[in-house]
Amino acid sequence: MSRLWFDVAHLLAGGILVLSFALIYQDRIAAVVNVFALQAIALSLSVAWQALVQDAPHLMVTAAIALLVKGFVIPTALHQIIRRMEIHREVEEVIGSGLTMLTGLGLVALSILLVQPVGEVSIYVREDLAFALAVILLGLLMMITRRNAVTQVVGFMSLENGLVLAATGAKGMPLVVEISVAFSILIAFIVFGIFVFRIRERFDTVDVRALDRFRGERRDVS
Amino acid sequence: MIGPVEAVLIIPASAIPILALVSGYRLGAALNILACALTLGAATALLFTAHPRSDLIIIDDFNIFLLVLTTFVGFTTSIFSATYLAHEIETGRLTPLFLRFYHAMYQTLMGAMNVALVANNIGLMWVGVEVATLSTVMMVGIYRTPEAIEAAWKYFILGSVGIGLAFFGTILVYLVAQEVVGDGLPAMSWDLLVKSAPMLDPKLLSLAFVFLLVGYGTKVGLAPFHAWLPDAHAEGPTPISAVLSGLLLNVALYALLRFKMVLAGNASAIDVGAIMVGLGLISLVFAAFMLYRRRDIKRLFAYSSIEHMGLITFAFGLGGPIANFAGLLHMTMHSLTKSAIFFAVGHAAQKAGTQVIEDIRGLLQISPTVGWGLMLGTLAILGMPPFGVFASEFLILTSAMRQLPWAAPLLLLALAVAFAAVLARVQPMVFGETNVRRLPHPPALLPVFTHLGLGLALGLFIPPFLADWYARAAKLIGG
Repeated sequence: MSRLWFDVAHLLAGGILVLSFALIYQDRIAAVVNVFALQAIALSLSVAWQALVQDAPHLMVTAAIALLVKGFVIPTALHQIIRRMEIHREVEEVIGSGLTMLTGLGLVALSILLVQPVGEVSIYVREDLAFALAVILLGLLMMITRRNAVTQVVGFMSLENGLVLAATGAKGMPLVVEISVAFSILIAFIVFGIFVFRIRERFDTVDVRALDRFRGERRDVS
Repeated sequence: MIGPVEAVLIIPASAIPILALVSGYRLGAALNILACALTLGAATALLFTAHPRSDLIIIDDFNIFLLVLTTFVGFTTSIFSATYLAHEIETGRLTPLFLRFYHAMYQTLMGAMNVALVANNIGLMWVGVEVATLSTVMMVGIYRTPEAIEAAWKYFILGSVGIGLAFFGTILVYLVAQEVVGDGLPAMSWDLLVKSAPMLDPKLLSLAFVFLLVGYGTKVGLAPFHAWLPDAHAEGPTPISAVLSGLLLNVALYALLRFKMVLAGNASAIDVGAIMVGLGLISLVFAAFMLYRRRDIKRLFAYSSIEHMGLITFAFGLGGPIANFAGLLHMTMHSLTKSAIFFAVGHAAQKAGTQVIEDIRGLLQISPTVGWGLMLGTLAILGMPPFGVFASEFLILTSAMRQLPWAAPLLLLALAVAFAAVLARVQPMVFGETNVRRLPHPPALLPVFTHLGLGLALGLFIPPFLADWYARAAKLIGG
């Protein structure tokens, strides 16, 4: 296979990683959602490219789902929620953007080091995995450092993007891609249908900090 | 042609839409019991049929034992659940609409756990664990109090991160196996993975296991990944606490053990046993000390579950036929006893109208059966002879003395600390002047005493076929 094929694959994977960083430094929730949509589109391109390279047409289904659901449907729904619920426009951070970005850089370095042993199997697989792992860890970082329920869920879906990237990079992996994509949709819908709705109903805010009143043991006798 | 394996999966799957549509809650509860009974029947039938094997499904000595245990506890819990829910409907904590949802989710959980157990495919097993997690998230949040929502949110976030990492580990295992076994389904089958284990790339396999350990370890509730567990147990409906503690933790540990079997076959991979011993010990000791200062009765027993899962993980970490035997026995005993305790706790909390330990007093005066059920269950889980937990804990302790002498004092210390802590909380709940009231519904005693009776019987005498079965499974898990 020609070098160019892999270069394109890496370009797309690298784009996803850059967008993961972009997710971290946004300070408006609406912008976070937009960047996530962009990442989902980049993911669908990457998956479609893998479908071509690996001659695996079923991956096209995965790509289409990523594009339609994660790229359009969920972001639209999120914008609706943000508008209708009049959520704070700013992202509430536990740690400042600068420090989070630095931690993110550290995580990328960590993922490159972690997948070092893969080099003996295949160098292309290794780079693919390093990208995917970095996206996963950055998604995790976002979930930890953002307080708002919407941004936490975006962090989780970005983590899922990393998983899909890894799974499609693994040549000929059966079943799992379709199933995992179906699940990511399910998760997203469930989260919005149930949690955000309920949290809104009970607290008039989707700031997860409002939940922290109850921590550990029950203090008041109910 | 539908064999018992297919039945174990199809019965819960077809019960889901039916239960979601049935509007009467009595009928719903009855159908739920029926579905669980049929699944139990199918699982039992598996004992007497040939063990099927395909690229997706496998039955061997290890999972058949867990499958029967899971469907059995699922069945008894559905009986308890019917009584429990009747009271919740009366007090208005739940509405019939929510019950339809609850029953559908209950069957989803049962079906998903069965998928995870019979899967011969690491991807399919992952799906089973994921669906089981999601369905329990829904049920933990069902009361919609701020506490329940926080518990469900925490469980959802931690559970899905864990499961995400486990998926990454699964992909890595596939990548390793693909080099040896070839593309496609076979590279994800348990039996082929174990067979080709010596040829797999050890470094990558070790890396994969780290992700799998953190991922599935979160679901097992091993410290330091346990943060979701006490909240989820305390805030959900009690039948769900019982199945979470008694079954779902086991299923997650089962997944981890399957991967341990693969790594054990590879001489150059990391020593999984040592890691499991370490994590098990940390969980055991940590949970034992956390048992002090607990005010909520369900939270108390949730920490006790972390303690026992730590002990089981420790036993499997030691490895070898005897420690594995002890681990399997303890898995069984813990499932039976802990779910019996949660049944009794559920009734006690309903009678007192609270889960706060200080406000539940003198159960014996108002309801001797629930009081004795709780007391005997507590003594059993604390390892008093002649209950079965004593036998398994004794076996684990002697294996530890032989294989890892320095760990034995730590085990004893943790068990003693747990004993003092739990007994001091439970004893005034059962004895003394009462403050609880009588409820119109008689408690469901059958599940409590069936479980305790089985725990007692197995403590006194393990029938030869069962001992054989444990020994074969222990051999399969290996060192």
